[in-house]
Amino acid sequence: MADTVTFKNEIEEIAVDSLVSRAEELIKAGYRFSQACAAYIDDKFELSYSFSNYDNYDLLNLRVVIDTDTEVKSITTVVPAAVFYENEMHELFGVKIVDIALDYKDKLYRIKQECPLGPSGKEEA
Amino acid sequence: MGIMKYAPSALANMFKPPVTTKYPAEPAEYPERSRGHIEIEIDECIGCGLCVRCCPCGTLSVDKLKGTWTIDRFDCIACGYCVEKCPKKCLYMKDGYQEPGDDKSPITYTKSPEQLAKDEEQRKALAAKAAAAKAAAEAKAKEAAAAKVAEDNAK
Amino acid sequence: MGKRSVIPFGPQHPVLPEPIHLDLVVEDERIVEAIPSIGFVHRGLESLIEKRDFNQMTYVVERTCGICSFQHGMGYCETVEKIFDVEIPRRAKFLRTIWAEMSRMHSHLLWAGLLADAFGYENLFYQCWRIREKVLDLQEMTSGGRVIFSVNKVGGVIKDMDADMLKAILETIKDVEKELKVIKKTFFNDYSVKSRLKGVGILTPEQINALGAVGPMARASGVENDMRRLGYAAYSEIDFEPVVSNDCDCYARCYVRIMEIFQSIDIIRQAIAKIPDETDLFVPIKGNPNGEAFVRLEQPRGEAFYYVKANGKPNLQRMRVRTPTFANVLALCEMLKNTEVADVGLLVVTIDPCISCTER
Repeated sequence: MADTVTFKNEIEEIAVDSLVSRAEELIKAGYRFSQACAAYIDDKFELSYSFSNYDNYDLLNLRVVIDTDTEVKSITTVVPAAVFYENEMHELFGVKIVDIALDYKDKLYRIKQECPLGPSGKEEA
Repeated sequence: MGIMKYAPSALANMFKPPVTTKYPAEPAEYPERSRGHIEIEIDECIGCGLCVRCCPCGTLSVDKLKGTWTIDRFDCIACGYCVEKCPKKCLYMKDGYQEPGDDKSPITYTKSPEQLAKDEEQRKALAAKAAAAKAAAEAKAKEAAAAKVAEDNAK
Repeated sequence: MGKRSVIPFGPQHPVLPEPIHLDLVVEDERIVEAIPSIGFVHRGLESLIEKRDFNQMTYVVERTCGICSFQHGMGYCETVEKIFDVEIPRRAKFLRTIWAEMSRMHSHLLWAGLLADAFGYENLFYQCWRIREKVLDLQEMTSGGRVIFSVNKVGGVIKDMDADMLKAILETIKDVEKELKVIKKTFFNDYSVKSRLKGVGILTPEQINALGAVGPMARASGVENDMRRLGYAAYSEIDFEPVVSNDCDCYARCYVRIMEIFQSIDIIRQAIAKIPDETDLFVPIKGNPNGEAFVRLEQPRGEAFYYVKANGKPNLQRMRVRTPTFANVLALCEMLKNTEVADVGLLVVTIDPCISCTER
């Protein structure tokens, strides 16, 4: 009856340098990109890149914890789907992401304040 | 092949009354659970302010001393969270929606004079009780101090 | 080779219910490239976590979208419940399932109407929305709101459905099913519908996976994925098969969505047959959440993604909603390549765009 699946839901902490290579590995292993999001917690950025496998519904979250001024290399070279997510992280949080395939240059959301959820936004609030 | 597929419903519609009602001329019908707007049994309210703290859009305010409850109906999203939280269950959802208006002004509900007088009395009684308790405590403390002094003297 | 020019499409366009802007690079009448831009209705709901506590956020999250409102509230509550590690009462699970499927029905019927309108079949548009009205009436009867239900809370649901209501639901969906069968014939067999939908906007499964498209979009291209199989709410006790088509075109997307309405009717019937008789609708939640959780669930438009991180304070640290349209916009742009300008409106509608929920 119950046609549901049991699935993994894991968080894997990785270093910022290995992000692109790990993403490429996952894509080659049959995972597909689900989402990416940033969080500004305790003066650090926590980036989560989620990859899911549609064959067995596994979910793997790559977690990168970086300082606010560390540059992150965009994964759009290997994952074209990440364009909007990286633009969003850059715009709302001010994460320094370099080499995005389609860089909106802070024009994805039409907002007055720069990086409202990032460090500068928190200070003003 | 597919011609005249909707003809039966079209024909039937020619003899049926319209499904819409002539709204302001005829009253609108709301289902029993309709979350139209919030109403308050103001005399039951104890002014605890729980609804003010739980409101997601910050539209409510309460003045305990004056016995008032204020709502800006244009800010209210009718989520019903305050109704759920109210400890005295004096808030409830009533059907019918907020009427449009040309200015955005809050509505204040004030308790009836009798209820206000009752509350005042209750507060006075409570204050008197508290004062009495305080006086009693002070007297006790004094007594204890006096006893202690006497004890010390005895030594 | 013709001359290249750029046609701006949107944000205000008769076919669009919500604002999205596309820069269409065209060569004669063919589209070479489409560059999307969103962000006209960004409301900053995610940043409201600083000012509202996690219980109040239930009502804020619900207002992310006007169509899948219930499912947003449910997704948020499931995520916070996962952090608390509580099991909600079984009746609440079934109630959530029924409401979720009702909102799927009304969302797909709305979409079917908009699609019919987009290819100029106004009669069909009215028929779809006439049926949808019945579903909306059910929603108002059971929850008190036509689209915004406000019945979720962290730990369960607030309102119950009594036996009369369940009976009324069964009767109405029987009606809906009967009328839907007539509409289905038109959508699947009508010459004018086929001529507009067949072979238009093809997306291969490889493109779907590369661009991360989700939901009916993916299923119409043969990518079998349905987050309901993860077994959230009461889906673990319900028998269903994801609707999949291998045609990859607009017609397939229409097929998948129309068949999903029938599937929803079936799921509601199963849920009503199995709903346990309990009085508890929620489990009391003590304290504040502490931890983080990722939750996926299947909304009418596809897989929605929730992420909540909390540190034991009433206010959450981060709440993230990845709505299905956010994932589908890129696939839309890929789909638009090599199509005629006349088809753009139709193609935009076939992804079931919900821009306001995309931008939150």
